[in-house]
Amino acid sequence: MRHTPLLLTVFLAAVPLSAHAQGILDPQGPVAAGERQILFNSLGIMLAIVIPTIVAILAVGFWYRASNSRARYLPDFNHSDRLEVLVWSIPLMTVLLVGGVAWLGAHELDPRKALPSSVKPVTVQVVSLDWKWLFIYPEEGIASVNHLTIPVGRPVSFELTSAGVMNSFFVPQLGGQIYTMSGMLTRLQLQADHAGIYRGMSAQFSGDGFADMHFDVDAVEAGNFAQWVETARSKGSSLDASTYAHLTKRSAGIAPVTYRAVTPGLFDGILAAEIQHEDICTRTSMRAER
Amino acid sequence: MSLLGKLSWDAIPLDQPIVMGVSSVMVLVIAFILGWITLKGHWPYLWREWLTSVDHKRIGVMYVILALIMLLRGFADALMMRAQQAVAAGDAQGYLPPEHFDQVFSAHGTIMIFFVAMPFVIGLMNFVVPLQLGIRDMAFPTLNSIGLGLTASGILLTNISLVVGEFAKTGWVAYPPLSELQFSPGVGVDYYLWALQISGVGTLMTGVNFVTTILKTRAHGMSYMRMPVFCWTALASNLLIVAAFPVLTATFGMLLLDRYLDFHFFTIDGQGNAMMYVNLFWVWGHPEVYILILPAFGVFSEVVSTFSGKALFGYRSMVAATLAICVLSFIVWLHHFFTMGASANVNGFFGVMTMIIAVPTGVKVFNWLFTMYGGRIRFSEPILWSLGFMVTFVIGGMTGVLMAVPPADFQLHNSLFLVAHFHNVIIGGVLFGMMAGYKYWFPKAFGFKLDERWGVASFWCWLIGFYLAFMPLYALGLMGMTRRMQHYDVVSWQPWLVAAAAGAVVILAGIVCQIIQLVVSIRGRETLRVTADPWNGRTLEWATASPPPAWNFATLPVVTDIDAFWQQKKGAHIEHAQTAQSSGYEPIEMPKNSAIGLVIAFFAVVVGFAMIWHIWWMAALGALGIFLATLAFAFREKEEIEVSVEAIARFEEMQHAGVAA
Repeated sequence: MRHTPLLLTVFLAAVPLSAHAQGILDPQGPVAAGERQILFNSLGIMLAIVIPTIVAILAVGFWYRASNSRARYLPDFNHSDRLEVLVWSIPLMTVLLVGGVAWLGAHELDPRKALPSSVKPVTVQVVSLDWKWLFIYPEEGIASVNHLTIPVGRPVSFELTSAGVMNSFFVPQLGGQIYTMSGMLTRLQLQADHAGIYRGMSAQFSGDGFADMHFDVDAVEAGNFAQWVETARSKGSSLDASTYAHLTKRSAGIAPVTYRAVTPGLFDGILAAEIQHEDICTRTSMRAER
Repeated sequence: MSLLGKLSWDAIPLDQPIVMGVSSVMVLVIAFILGWITLKGHWPYLWREWLTSVDHKRIGVMYVILALIMLLRGFADALMMRAQQAVAAGDAQGYLPPEHFDQVFSAHGTIMIFFVAMPFVIGLMNFVVPLQLGIRDMAFPTLNSIGLGLTASGILLTNISLVVGEFAKTGWVAYPPLSELQFSPGVGVDYYLWALQISGVGTLMTGVNFVTTILKTRAHGMSYMRMPVFCWTALASNLLIVAAFPVLTATFGMLLLDRYLDFHFFTIDGQGNAMMYVNLFWVWGHPEVYILILPAFGVFSEVVSTFSGKALFGYRSMVAATLAICVLSFIVWLHHFFTMGASANVNGFFGVMTMIIAVPTGVKVFNWLFTMYGGRIRFSEPILWSLGFMVTFVIGGMTGVLMAVPPADFQLHNSLFLVAHFHNVIIGGVLFGMMAGYKYWFPKAFGFKLDERWGVASFWCWLIGFYLAFMPLYALGLMGMTRRMQHYDVVSWQPWLVAAAAGAVVILAGIVCQIIQLVVSIRGRETLRVTADPWNGRTLEWATASPPPAWNFATLPVVTDIDAFWQQKKGAHIEHAQTAQSSGYEPIEMPKNSAIGLVIAFFAVVVGFAMIWHIWWMAALGALGIFLATLAFAFREKEEIEVSVEAIARFEEMQHAGVAA
C-alpha cells in the first residue's frame, strides 16, 4: 500500500519501454503529440497534490496509532476555520489549473478543427460496417476495406459515419478517437509525421466480430501515396451498389481489398440512412440514374 | 404463435458444457439448501422472522445477503474474462467464443452495479439509518419489503437467463442500435431490460421511503445539523435515486417500445436517434455513481471518526460537500461520451464541471485526514478498509479527472485505462466502503464480532489483488488496448493480462478469506459476543442492544447535539437513572408482518419472464396477481401489533443482566 505511487510511476515508465508499445505514449503525429502533452500536463498538476496527500494519509495514520504514546491525543480538535479554508482551496486551485487545461485543450484539439498546414488535406470518408472498415477517397475516386493508406506530412480530413451499429474510429498513435453513428456525420483531422504502419481499430464494442475490427494505417511518403492511388485505380472491382450490398453482409477479419472506382454519392446515401440492407440496390441505382 | 410464445426446449443451452455445468451446480446448491431447510423444519421460522418481516434491520440484512451472493456470481464472470484474455493472444481464440464472452462481460457489469453494489448500499442504509435517526422503523415498512422483493425478482430473472435463453451481448449499457431488435434479435436484451425495469421500480420505492424517513421521522431534537453524516449521505443518495431512476425507467421503456411495438426512438431507421439513449442513460448513469459512492463516504466518515476516538473534523464542510456532489452529479453526464463529436464548448463545459465535483470530494479526503490527526487510531478491520480506500480512491479520482480533460479522453475513452479507472473508484471506493460498513455494523446486527485475523487477511488480499489486477489495465490502456476484446492480435499485451489474471486470483483469495471469516465467526460466536457498544461508538445505533430488539429503542431517545450517543456517554449517570426505572415504558405499536412483498415479487417474476418470452396470457395473469394482491393488502384489517410493556421490560432487564455478567 505504501509503495503505490512508486508502483504507478514504474508502470507508467514501463509502458513506452515495452518493445511494440504502439500506444498513445508513442505519438507519430501532431494531434497525438498534443494530446499526450495535455495528458502529461494534467497528470503533473494532479500528482503535485496527490502524492503529498497519499503520504500524509499514511503518515498521519501511522503516527496517530493508539499504541504510539508520543502522539498527542486531541479529542476536541474537530473544527478550524483556517483549515476549512485550506481544505476547500487546495482542490479548488488544482481544479482551476486542470480545468484551464481542459477548456483550452478542448478548443485547441477539437477534432473538427483543421490542422495548420501548407498542403491541402486528403479527404477520407469512413464507414463502419459489421465488422470491417470502409475507407472512401472521394477525390481520388477509390476505396479500400480494412486498410488505410495516407500520405506523410499532409493532414487527413476524415468524415465518418456508420452503416449500422455504433463504432469508434481510433488510431492511437495519430490521435484520439471519434464515434461513427448511423445517420450522423462526425469529423476528425489527423496527420502522420513519420512513415510507418500504425494500428487502427474500433474502440466501441459493436457485437460478436468486434475483436477483429482492426486495420493497419500505412503512412507513406507523398510520392508513394500517388503511386498507391494509381495502382488502386488500375485493379480490383468497382464499389457500386451491388458490391456495397455484399460488403454490408456480416463478416469479420476479412483481408484488405481496394476498389478501383466508387459510385458517386455512395457515402452521402449511407449517411442519409436511406440505404437499407434489403433495398440498397434499387435505391442507389435510382440515384445513379438521376 | 404458440401458447408459450418464443419459449421452447431450444432455449436451454444443452450444447454449451460450461453454461450447463455452472447451471447444474447452481441448481444443485439451491436444491440442497431448500432441502436442508425443509429437513430441519426451518420454514416457519424463516417465513415468520425473515421472508414476511417488515423490520428494516431484517430487510437490510437480506439485501446484504443478496449482494454477497451476487458478488460471487459477478466475480465468477470476472475470473472467466481475465482467464479468457490471459490466453487469447495472437491467433489463439481462448476458451470462450464471442457470443459467450459478450454475455459474460455484459452480465458482469449489470450484476456488479445493479445487484451487488446497489443492494449492498441499500442494505446497509436500511439497517443503519433508522437506528442512527433514533426511530423504530422506516416511514413505510411494508413498501420497504416490496422494494426488497422487486430487487430479488430482478436478480432471479438475471440468473434464470443463464439456464433459459441467454443474457444481453451488448455490454452493461446496452447502447442502441446494437441493443435494438435488428442487431440483437434474441431474448438477451429483454432479460436485461425486464430485470432492470422490475428492480428499478423497487429501487425507486426504496428511495422514496428513505427520503421520507430522513426528512420526516427523525428522533426528537435531531435537527438537520445534528444528523450523523451517514444519514446525510443516505439522504443525498436517495434524493439522487428519486431524481435519476425514473429517467432510467423511461429510457428502458422507450427501448422496450422499440423492441416490442416497432417504435423508432433509437433505431437506425424511422428517424430514430441512438445518441438520445446514450444521453439519457448517462443522465441516470452518472448520478448512479454517486448514489453508490456517497453512502460509502458516509461509512468512512463514521468509521474514521469512531476508530480515531474523535468527532468528525469539519462536519459542516462534510454536509456541504455531500450536497454539492448531489447537485453537481446531474450536470456532468456528457463526459461519458466526449468522443460523440460535440463542439469544443460543450466538451469543455462538461470537462470543467466534472472536475468541479473533484473539489467537494477532495474536501472529504482532507477532512478524514484531519479527523485522524490528533486521534488515537485503533487498527481494527474497518479502519484498514478505510485507509486502503483513501489511498486507492485518491489515485482513482486522479485518473478520473484526467479523463475529464477532453483531449486526453479522446485517447483514453473505451480503453482499458477507463476500465481500470472505474474499477479503481468502485472497488476502492464503493466496495471497500461497503466492506468497512459490513465489518463495522455486523456486531450490531448479530451481537458478535467477526473474526479479526481472517478479516485482516481478506483486506490485504483484496488490496494487493486490486493493484495487481488493475494497474496492468492502466498500462494496457496507454498501449491502446480497448475494452471488451474477446481476443487480440498484439501479443505484447499478453504478459500484462496474465498479471491482471493473477491479481484476480489474489482477490479470489480475499473472497475465500471473507467466507472463512464468516464461518469461523459464526462457529465461535460465543467467544466473540459483544455488548451494545463494542467500538466505543458515537451515534445512536450503539445506544441500543446488539442485536437491537424489533422496536429498536425501549424509550425513544432525545437528541441534544451531534454524536448523540457520545454526548449521552459523557453524561452517563443521568442516562442510567432513567433506564433503571422500567415502569417508564409504554406499549409500542409495531407494523405487522406481511407477505405482500414476497407475493408481488413472485408475480413480478412471472410478468417479467412472460414478457421476455412473449407469453402474453401469462404476463396478464401475473399483472392481475399483483393487482389483486395489492387490493387484498389494502383491505387488511390489522396493520399493527402491540408490544406490551412487560415484553419491553423483560428484554431490557435481560440486556442489563447481560451487561452486568
